Amino acid sequence: MGNNKNRILELSGIYKNFDGLGILNGIDLYIRENEFLTLLGSSGCGKTTLLRIIGGFLQPDEGSVFYKGECINDVPPHKRNINTVFQKYALFPKLTVGQNIAFGPKLKKWDKKKIRESVDEMLRLVNLEGFRDRDVTTLSGGQQQRVAVARALINKPDILLLDEPLGALDLKLRKEMQIELKRIQQESGITFVYVTHDQEEALTMSDTIVVLDAGRIQQIGTPQDIYNEPKNAFVADFIGDSNILAATMKHDLCVNFLGYDFECIDRDFGENAPVDVVLRPEDIILGAPSKNENKPCGVVTSSIFKGVHYEMRIDVDGETIIAQSTVNSEPGKTVSIDIIPENIQVMHKCEHSPDVKKKKAEENAEFKLEAAN
Amino acid sequence: MKKTICMIPLYVWTLVFILVPLAIVIYYAFISDPHGDASFSLDGFRDFFSNPVFAEVLLRSLKIAFISTLVCILLGYPAAYFLARSKSRFKFVVIILMLLPMWINFLIRTYSWLSLLEKTGLISTLLTYMGFGPVDFTGTEFAVILVSVYDFLPFMIMPIYITLLKLDQSHLDAAADLGANPAKVFFKITLPFSVPGILSGVAMVFVPSVTTFAISQTVGNGKFPLIGDLIQEQYMVVSNWQFGGAISIVTMAVVLLLMYFINRTDSDENGGGILQ
Repeated sequence: MGNNKNRILELSGIYKNFDGLGILNGIDLYIRENEFLTLLGSSGCGKTTLLRIIGGFLQPDEGSVFYKGECINDVPPHKRNINTVFQKYALFPKLTVGQNIAFGPKLKKWDKKKIRESVDEMLRLVNLEGFRDRDVTTLSGGQQQRVAVARALINKPDILLLDEPLGALDLKLRKEMQIELKRIQQESGITFVYVTHDQEEALTMSDTIVVLDAGRIQQIGTPQDIYNEPKNAFVADFIGDSNILAATMKHDLCVNFLGYDFECIDRDFGENAPVDVVLRPEDIILGAPSKNENKPCGVVTSSIFKGVHYEMRIDVDGETIIAQSTVNSEPGKTVSIDIIPENIQVMHKCEHSPDVKKKKAEENAEFKLEAAN
Repeated sequence: MKKTICMIPLYVWTLVFILVPLAIVIYYAFISDPHGDASFSLDGFRDFFSNPVFAEVLLRSLKIAFISTLVCILLGYPAAYFLARSKSRFKFVVIILMLLPMWINFLIRTYSWLSLLEKTGLISTLLTYMGFGPVDFTGTEFAVILVSVYDFLPFMIMPIYITLLKLDQSHLDAAADLGANPAKVFFKITLPFSVPGILSGVAMVFVPSVTTFAISQTVGNGKFPLIGDLIQEQYMVVSNWQFGGAISIVTMAVVLLLMYFINRTDSDENGGGILQ
C-alpha cells in the first residue's frame, strides 16, 4: 500500500467505539497530495470522529494512521504537520486578528519580521487586508471563518482539516465561501480534508468524495462518479434527488423495472438477479403515450415550478416517479416514461434498498403488534 | 418600570445592611465623646498613626492574609482544574464533601482545629506515641495560616471551578493544533482564561482573612493580634468606638486600594492579550 509516493495520508482498518457503540467500523482510505477530499455523511456517520483521528485528538481503538508512510498513531496533535479549521472556528477571543493568525508561528519561534510578512500574506490570501488589528469578536461569521483558515494555513501544513466550516453561515455566504475555499486550496496547493453533510457543497468543491454511513465507507469517487454511478441505494439517495427502484437484471445489458425491459450498459450482475436502479429526475424523458411503443405509462399527480424546471410526480402502477423537465405536464395527464441506457445506473442490493427497507419496516410493525398482544 | 420595581429589594438590602452600618462606623470614627458634646475630631486616626504597634498589626494581618491567599491559590487551582475537567460521576460527591464544612459555623470549625493542634490535641498525642512529642502547634503563625486556608479554601476553589467550566474545549484543541504542547496550552489558554476566577477567589479569601479575628484568638493563642482582633477589642471590650471606627476605615482603605491594583493588573493583561 505504501508504494505510492503521491499518497500523503493513509488510514488502515480504523475502528473507534464510544461507550460500546461502533462509530467507525473499519475505515480504509488514502489521501493524495494536493487533493480536495470530502468526507460526506449525515450527522452521526463518524465523519468528525475520523477527522479528529487524523488531527490526533482521538486515538483509534484499532487500525493505523500513516503519514508519508510512517505510522503516526502516537504522535500528539502539536507535533503533527496537520492543521484544523474547527467547526465554530475556535478563535482566541482575547487576541486580535493578527495575533490569532500569528499564534502558530510565535509558538514555533519564527523570526518577527517573517511572522509579520506571513500574516500580511495570509490576510491577502483570505481577503482580509486591513483587519490585522481588529478584535476577532467584532467580525462577522464569514470573516471569522477566513481568520480561522488563515490561522491554520500560515503554518504551511501538509494537510488542512476542515470540520463543517461553513455550517454556521447563511446560504449566500456559504456559496461564496465554497468558491473562496476552493480557490485558496488551489493557490496554496495544500491537501484539504473537508467534512460536511451538505451533498451540494461536496459536489461543488471536491476532487474526491468519500460517502460515509454508520462508520463505513459507502463509496469513494469523483463527484461525477458519486452522482452518476452511485454504488448503492444509500449513496444514490444521499446525493441529489433520485428515483430508486427495485429491479431485476434479466441478463447483461437488460434490466427490468416498472414491468418493462430496458436496455442498459451494465453487465456481470448474473441472470435474473435482484438489483436496484437509480434514475435521476432530470434524466427521465416524458412523452405522449403511444400504443406502438413498449414503455411504462403513468398519471401526473403533481407539478411544482422550481425556477429552471418543473418537478413532476408521476404515479406508475403505485410507484411514484419524480421527473424534472423544462416542459410542464399538468396533473391528471397521462405520460409515457423513457430513459436512455447510459442514464440507468444498476446497483447491487444493500440494506438501504427500497424493498429491503419496506420489508424491515413491516417486520418491525408486526413485531410491535405481537409485543402489544 | 417593572425592572425598577424588581430592583427595590436589592436597594433596600444595600441601604439597611451596607450603607447604614457603614455610615454609623464613619460617623463614630470622626466624633469624640459621643455621649457628651459630640464634636468633630480626628483623634482616632491620630492614635492609630502615632503608635507604630498598630501599623505593625495591620502589616502582620496583610502578610498572613497574603500567604493564606497564595496557599489557597496553589491548593485550590489544581483542585478546581481537575474538578472542572473531570467527567467522573463522583465529581459532585467531591464537591459536596468540599462544601460540607461550610455548613458548619465558622467558629465551631475554628475551635475544632484547636483540639487538633493544641499540646494535648490529637496530632500532638499521635506524635508523642511515635516519640516526637508532645508538640504544641498553637500560638504559631503557621497555625493561624493553616486554619485560615482551611476556612477559606472553598471560596477559592468555587470561583475558579466555575470559570474553568466555561472554558471551551475547542480553544484547547486549537492551541494544540497550532503547535502548543500541553504546558503551553495551559499557560497560554487555560491560565489566562481563568484569571477572572482567580481574582474573584482572591477577593473572597484575601479580604475576609485580613479582617479575621477568631482564628488568631483561638489557634493563635492571642499571641498574634491581627487587625480584626484590634477592631473587635475596641468595639466590644474597650468601647472606644472612635478608635475602632478609625482602624476600620484605615483597614478598609488599604484593602480597597490593594484590590484596585490587583484588578487593574488584570485589565492590563487583557488589553495586552495572552501572548505578551
